[in-house]
Amino acid sequence: MRVAFERPAGLTDCPTHYCPGCTHGIAHRLIAEVITELGVADRTIGVAPVGCSVLAYDYFDYDMIQASHGRAPAVATGVKRALPDRTVFAYQGDGDLASIGMAEIIHAAARGENITVIFINNAIYGMTGGQMAPTTLLGQLTTTSPAGREAPREGYPLRVAELLEQVRGVAYLARYPLTKPPEIGRARNAIRKAFQTQLAGKGFSLVELLSTCPTGWGMTPREALRWVEEVMVPYYPPGEFRDGPEDPGGGPSRKRVG
Amino acid sequence: MEELVLMKGNEAVGEAAIRAGCRFFFGYPITPQNEIPEYMSHRLPQVSGVFVQAESEVAAINMVYGAAAAGVRVMTSSSSPGISLKQEGISYLAGSELPALIVNIMRGGPGLGTIQPAQSDYFQAVKGGGHGDYRLLVYAPSTVQEMVDLTGLALDRADHYRNPALILGDGLLGQMMEPVNLPPLSHPEDLPVKPWATDGRRGGPKRVINSLYLQAEACEEHNRRLQAKYREMEAGEQRWEAAWADDAEVLVVAYGTVARICRTALEGLRDRRLAVGLFRPIALWPFPGPALAGLLQRGRIRAVLVAEMSAGQMVEDVRSVVCGRVPVAFYGRTGGVVPSPEEIGQHVTAVYEGGAINAGCL
Amino acid sequence: MDKQYEVIMAGFGGQGVMSMGQLLAYAGMLEGLQVTWMPSYGPEQRGGTANCTVILSPRTIGSPVVERPAAVVAMNLPSLDKFEDRVREEGLLVVNATLAGRSVRRTDVRALSIPATAIAEEIGNDRVANMVALGALLEITRLVRPDSVVESLTKALPPHRHNLIPLNQDALRRGMELARHGARRPAC
Repeated sequence: MRVAFERPAGLTDCPTHYCPGCTHGIAHRLIAEVITELGVADRTIGVAPVGCSVLAYDYFDYDMIQASHGRAPAVATGVKRALPDRTVFAYQGDGDLASIGMAEIIHAAARGENITVIFINNAIYGMTGGQMAPTTLLGQLTTTSPAGREAPREGYPLRVAELLEQVRGVAYLARYPLTKPPEIGRARNAIRKAFQTQLAGKGFSLVELLSTCPTGWGMTPREALRWVEEVMVPYYPPGEFRDGPEDPGGGPSRKRVG
Repeated sequence: MEELVLMKGNEAVGEAAIRAGCRFFFGYPITPQNEIPEYMSHRLPQVSGVFVQAESEVAAINMVYGAAAAGVRVMTSSSSPGISLKQEGISYLAGSELPALIVNIMRGGPGLGTIQPAQSDYFQAVKGGGHGDYRLLVYAPSTVQEMVDLTGLALDRADHYRNPALILGDGLLGQMMEPVNLPPLSHPEDLPVKPWATDGRRGGPKRVINSLYLQAEACEEHNRRLQAKYREMEAGEQRWEAAWADDAEVLVVAYGTVARICRTALEGLRDRRLAVGLFRPIALWPFPGPALAGLLQRGRIRAVLVAEMSAGQMVEDVRSVVCGRVPVAFYGRTGGVVPSPEEIGQHVTAVYEGGAINAGCL
Repeated sequence: MDKQYEVIMAGFGGQGVMSMGQLLAYAGMLEGLQVTWMPSYGPEQRGGTANCTVILSPRTIGSPVVERPAAVVAMNLPSLDKFEDRVREEGLLVVNATLAGRSVRRTDVRALSIPATAIAEEIGNDRVANMVALGALLEITRLVRPDSVVESLTKALPPHRHNLIPLNQDALRRGMELARHGARRPAC
C-alpha cells in the first residue's frame, strides 16, 4: 500500500483548533515541510504569537516559545542573538504584526535580524471574534467596523510587504495567497527561500501569506477562498518583492558622525 | 590582593553582570541609567557578548525574554517610565519562569516626572507591577560595591529559581563613583546548564516556553507551583542589615540611598547619646519582616520611623510587620528631592522626643 | 586623615570640575581612604553650572549628600553665588578669581582667591585651570599627596593622552605655589 498523504514530520499529532476552511493549517504544513527538507528540525526554535496561532507551540514539533502580543520579532531577536547557529522563525498574524507589533517588525527588518517571519494576513482579528485588523479592506464588515471600513473613519489597510520593501536589512520578501495548488506551491517555494536566506546568513526574511478566515468573514470555506482571490489579491498583489540583500556589503564604512 | 577600581554605579552594574557570566544586554536609552547601555555597548563585544539597542523598552524586555528562553544569562536596564513599559514582559518572564536581570535606576514620577533620584517604584517592584500573581526577587543596593555584589547575586538567584530578579537603584547610586572590588570574570560555559531551555531539540524531545493555560484548572495548578516557589524564596532569600539595633529606642527603617543618608544622621544623633538604630532591608522582596519583628520583640524599641524618597511605600510593609505594637512614623521626600542627613536627623529627634510621632504619617 | 572631609566643586560645563573631583576621589582611593564622588546631573548640567561632591573619609561613608561641605571650589561666578553660603564655618572657599568677578563675602571661612584660568592660559591651556585650583586646595588641606593625583592621572587618562600629564603636573604645582605664597583674602 502506498501512502498518498500524511502528516509531515515537524507537526505534532495534536488536532488543531483551527476552524474548517482556515488556511493556518496549510501554512503550518508548508513550514514543517520546508524545515524537514532543509534538515534543520533539530536546531529550529519557533516563536508563536498572540492570535489564532497562539497555540502553534502545540502543533509544531520544535522547541517553541510563546510570545506576547506583537513582540515575536523581538523574542526571535533575543533567541537568534543568543544562538546564532540555530534556525529561528516567528509566526505572526496581521493584528500581531501590523498593528500592535509594527515597531518590532520594522526594526527587526531594519537590523537585518537573521530570522524568518511567516506573516498570516487574513484581514481580520480571528481569535478575538472578528474585529477590524490593520489589513481589513475598505468596505469590509467586521465587528468593530460594522458599517464597513471607511477610510475617513478607520483609515486605509496597510500593505506590509510594500512597507517592508523600503527597509534595508530585508534580504527576502514575498507575498502569496494560500488559495489554489499553484499558488500554494509558490508560497511553499517562497517559504523555502526565506529559510534558505536565513541559513545563508543573509539577513531578515518574511513571507506574507494571504489567508482565509471563513468564521470571521461569515463565509463558507469556498466563498472565503474566492474572496481572497477576488478582493484581497487585487489590493495585496502577490509576488517576490526582494530576493537577496539590498546591501550585501553591510553598509557604509564605520565612521563616527559629529 | 584584589585591585580597587573607581566606578560609577551604573558602570559597576554592567561590569558586575559581565563578571557573573552575563553576555547579553538589550536596552533602550533613558536618563539616569544611560551609562549602563553605553558601557555594555563597548564592553560586551570585548567578551564576545551581544549588545542590542532595541527600538523600545517593550522590544528590549521581549528580546530578554527570547534570550532567556534560549538559556543564556541576560539583562536589561531602564529607569522608572521605561520600567513601566517593560511590565508586561516582566509578567511573561515570571509566568514562563524565565530567569533574567532587570535593573531600575529610579527617577521621580509619576508620568515623565523628573530625572532626579527617587524611590517611588517600590510598589511596582515588590507588589507586582505587571498583571497576575507573581513576585520578583528585588534587591536594593546602597553603595556602588553593593551594586556589584547584588548584581552577581541577582543573576545567580534568578537562575536558581527560574525567576526574574530586579535591582532597584536610584539615579544617585547610578551616577556616583566609589571604589569597588570586582569579582573575577566567570565564563558562561561554566554556568549550570539549563535543560529546560528552548535551544533546539538536538535529538531530544521538544520543549516549550509558555505562560498560557487555556484550562482554568491547569492555570491554577501553574499558579500553585509559582506560589510554592515564592514561599521557598521567602524562606531563603531575606537579606537585611542592622546598625545600633541592640540599644535602639527609635528604629529607623530605610533602604538604598536613603539608608546611607540615615546612617550619617544617626551617627550624629548617637554622638549626642540618643539611642537610635537603623534597619536596612537589602532584599525588598522577600521583605525581611521576621528580622524586623525580632528586633521589636526585644521590647526596647518604642517607635519606628520609615524614611523614603517616596510618599510612603515601604512604610506599608513595615506597618504590617510592626502590626500596631509601636507607633510607625514616616518621613519622605518626593519628585527627585534627596533628603539631607540634617532633615532626617530632625525628624528622628522629633520621634525620639515623643513629639510629632504622626508627622508625615499617611 | 582622621575624620571625613567633603568638597563641592563647581563651574561651567567644560571647566573640568567633574574630572577634578574624580581625580581627587581616585587619589584618595589610592591612599586607602574611603571615597565617594557624586555629580549633579540633569538640567543644571546644560548651560549652567556643573558640580560634584567628593567625600574622603577614614571610615565608611554614609550620606553622599552634603549640606554643609568643609570646602568649596568655585570656578566661576554662578558657582560662587550658589555655594558660598553652603561652606561650613571655618571651612575653605577656593575661588577662581579670573572668572568670579567678585570677592568672597563670607568672613567666617578661609577664602583663597587665585587666578586659576589666567595661570592656566599662561602655562599653555586654559583647560588645566581645574588643576591649578586642585593644587591650591591640596596645598591648604593636604587631603591627598600631589603624587597620588599624578598617579591617578596616569591611570585615568588613556595612554595616547599621557602627553598631557606634564602640563597637568605643572598646573597642579602652580596652584600649590599660589596657595603657599600668594593666597590672601583680596580686599573687598
